[in-house]
Amino acid sequence: MWKFLLPFVAFIALAVLFAFGLNPKRDIRALPSPLIGKAAPSFSLTNVLDPGGQVSNSAFKGQVYLVNVWGTWCEACRQEHEALLAIARQKVVPMIGLVYMDQRDNAKAWLDQLGNPYTAVAIDTDGRTVIDWGVYGAPETFLVDGQGRVIYKFISPMTPEVWQQEFLPRIAAARRAGA
Amino acid sequence: MNRKSCGARLRGSCLSALLALLALGPLAAADGASGLDANGQLEDPALQARFERITQNLRCLVCQNESIADSNVELASDLRRQVREMLEAGKSDDAIFDFMTDRYGEFVRFNPPLEAKTALIWGAPFLVLVLGAGIIYRIVRRRSSMPLDDEPAPAPEQK
Repeated sequence: MWKFLLPFVAFIALAVLFAFGLNPKRDIRALPSPLIGKAAPSFSLTNVLDPGGQVSNSAFKGQVYLVNVWGTWCEACRQEHEALLAIARQKVVPMIGLVYMDQRDNAKAWLDQLGNPYTAVAIDTDGRTVIDWGVYGAPETFLVDGQGRVIYKFISPMTPEVWQQEFLPRIAAARRAGA
Repeated sequence: MNRKSCGARLRGSCLSALLALLALGPLAAADGASGLDANGQLEDPALQARFERITQNLRCLVCQNESIADSNVELASDLRRQVREMLEAGKSDDAIFDFMTDRYGEFVRFNPPLEAKTALIWGAPFLVLVLGAGIIYRIVRRRSSMPLDDEPAPAPEQK
């Protein structure tokens, strides 16, 4: 009997494996961040909007805030920009822009042209801060809670749906826990 | 070159890394770091050997099937600089691998350590071996207990 069942069992096992493995909605490049639950790495970098000044995430200590990693070379960042502007208009949380592999002038021109959704924009010129944050592409968006811990990382262009479904509930929970 | 193996998200960087490489030629290999000889190698051959071993065992997360030793993208070059600086600062191999996994996760290692959560990766070949041996054992035992009459007659010889 099992001789006849075996091919069917094998078929179903393969079908389940493929349904998971070949799911087009699953981003195979998105990796879980080991940073989740740990202290957000601190940085103090050149301010894109004010070259004499610095942007440090310690200035946002005690608040729930976002860190959005981008660069003008990144097409997907252009794609998510509209969503970021809409999020900024909601004024829910401060958002730090973290530019890397890029020039300050390019970043500034981008913001002048497309609008600035960021509370502050920092540029990582030597690529050390993005290594500390485990960044391996762009755009990547981190959520940091009031205790300074990274609580979520989203890899891919931000959309209003992702903001609604993934970020807002976590922001609300972080605020409840912090209150 | 690397462009094809790079994902869409960092296509721009792969292209620019490629262009930089073309423009700088042999200079690009040096990654602008200090403590290097004319060939862009660490002056201490023992350190250089460790550098090569470590960078070949770290995955470039942009072009996920390449090591950071082989990849030309900017992130890989930044990570090579990081490894080199840690070696020069006298850090152990384990400290360097820990630094990378703390930031990028176990996936960054081509050769993950044997732990509870990686046991299946390391154990799977042996499981398959045991499974195959079991199947062969069953087949052999069944056939050896068959009466000889049941064996198919040999095919008549063709001229």
